[in-house]
Amino acid sequence: MSEGPIIETRDLRKVYRVGKVDVQALRGVDLTVTAGEFLSIVGPSGSGKSTLFHIIGGLTPPTGGQVSVAGQDLSTMTDADRTRLRKRSVGFVFQKFNLLPNLTARHNIAVARYIAGNRGPLEADFEDVLLLLGVAQRLDHKPAALSGGEQQRIAIARAIVNHPAILLADEPTGNLDSENSKAVLEVLRGLNERLGQTILMITHNPEAAAYGHRTVHMRDGKIISG
Amino acid sequence: MRARLVFENLKHRPMRSLLSILLMGVPVTLILALVGLTQGLLQDSQRRQQNTGADIIIRGSTASGVVSFSGAPIPEKVAARIEQLPHVKLAVGVLNHSIDPPLVITGVDLARFDRMSGGFVYKKGGRLKHPDDILIDEAYAAQTHKTVGDTVTLLNKEWHVAGVIEPGKLARLAVELPVLQDLDAATDKVGQIYVKVDDAANIDTVMRELSDLETGYKINTLEEYVAMYTPDKISGVKEFTIVIMVLGVVIGFLVVGLSMYMAVLQRTREIGILKSLGASKGFILTIIEAEAMLLGVGGTILGILMSFGACWLVRTVVPASIPMIIVQSWWPTAGLITLAGAGFGALYPGLNAARQDPIEALAYE
Repeated sequence: MSEGPIIETRDLRKVYRVGKVDVQALRGVDLTVTAGEFLSIVGPSGSGKSTLFHIIGGLTPPTGGQVSVAGQDLSTMTDADRTRLRKRSVGFVFQKFNLLPNLTARHNIAVARYIAGNRGPLEADFEDVLLLLGVAQRLDHKPAALSGGEQQRIAIARAIVNHPAILLADEPTGNLDSENSKAVLEVLRGLNERLGQTILMITHNPEAAAYGHRTVHMRDGKIISG
Repeated sequence: MRARLVFENLKHRPMRSLLSILLMGVPVTLILALVGLTQGLLQDSQRRQQNTGADIIIRGSTASGVVSFSGAPIPEKVAARIEQLPHVKLAVGVLNHSIDPPLVITGVDLARFDRMSGGFVYKKGGRLKHPDDILIDEAYAAQTHKTVGDTVTLLNKEWHVAGVIEPGKLARLAVELPVLQDLDAATDKVGQIYVKVDDAANIDTVMRELSDLETGYKINTLEEYVAMYTPDKISGVKEFTIVIMVLGVVIGFLVVGLSMYMAVLQRTREIGILKSLGASKGFILTIIEAEAMLLGVGGTILGILMSFGACWLVRTVVPASIPMIIVQSWWPTAGLITLAGAGFGALYPGLNAARQDPIEALAYE
């Protein structure tokens, strides 16, 4: 784990407008994540962990406070700036895998590279990553022909193919059985240990959270411990 | 990669894609069929005029347009007078009577017309011998399933088919001139006079001589007359073609608009995925537009293929009434009209997709 902070939030706030009611999803979150760290974020539903995930990932802007990812200040970014951030600096892994159903696994990975502007063939060392993920032989199948565990490992491959500064995983084992959950968590730990990939993982599962170096607990839009 | 994404998206829902292509092909077929009908009719008429062997045509002073279906404003003796002019080899008056537009029955002095044109080519039977004899061309014979020896009823009269002629010269249906004059109460009158000059070099001279006669009739060289056969000269065709083209754009717009709107709704989550990967608004919009364009290209190709089907059907069922042709030069126009409709139609759903909030899109079930 290296020492510099790769994610830093100060008094981060987010207010959603639901009908005529303002909902405070984040009420001043201070968080520092160092490069190469594997951080687990736990908390009950409505605690604000997904909102934090979305802001750090550049999917939505904050309402107030400061947030920087890989040295980029997200609080002043335009929509187009956040789109560029998602291209190169952030990789997402979702609970529902979110692979494009029309494309094979190989092309799901390729489309992420294409959007990021990488047109050449896959780097040789990424072939090793695919072996590590255990999906090298499953690349020519479409998502419907893959098991949940395989789909999630393809999603992880897609998330890291552009060498993002951070990998954001939102309940990555939420749709998997215990065997596949373990395999996916081992993969995430392997990526963190072998490649130094910074990972933020949201989870409800304490066993899954234990794979991280550190666990942050959230409640009512605030970090209560960690 | 973008092309693959577009292609796979269309392939993923084949029924919707095929239906969209089919619906977009319909206006292409309509446009091409209309143009094929118009041009076919004109080309057929041009060919039949050119093969008369005449160099000059004289029409009544009130003749309007080029496709003259009836009327007998010229005394027959004018033809005799014209024949007296120097360099005029032959002047043959004919009378047309419209039976079922654009079908026309033509009265002609067959012996004189043979001298001018070289005569009809008889595929079956032979020349007119009796007053109730009629010659029909192969197209009319095919359309009505008539042949030599059969009877056809036209102008409230039963005609005996004396011969089946090769199409493409003067008339589809020909009878002796006096017989038609009698039926039309146009004794000694003709509708137009074809003039043959002794030498093509003398056509201008004869034209001047005819003008000097100050008959008031419309006089044109056959070359000029044939050149007048354009859709603009047929009342309403140009306007109708424009209406069909506008309909083509509107149908393309609606079909693609609805299809892509449904596609965007069904693919909301996929759009969210692309956005989470960093796809820009422009990227999403171009994907939707490219899909619409591909549907438009498919619709154009299918529409062209269907126009061949329509042409075959028309030429099989009514070859004499509607001599439809395939007008290849209109393919790009029909394609552009379809693509314009598709492009505009995809704009609203495309912009909607591009503006999707990635979080809401990812949460879409």
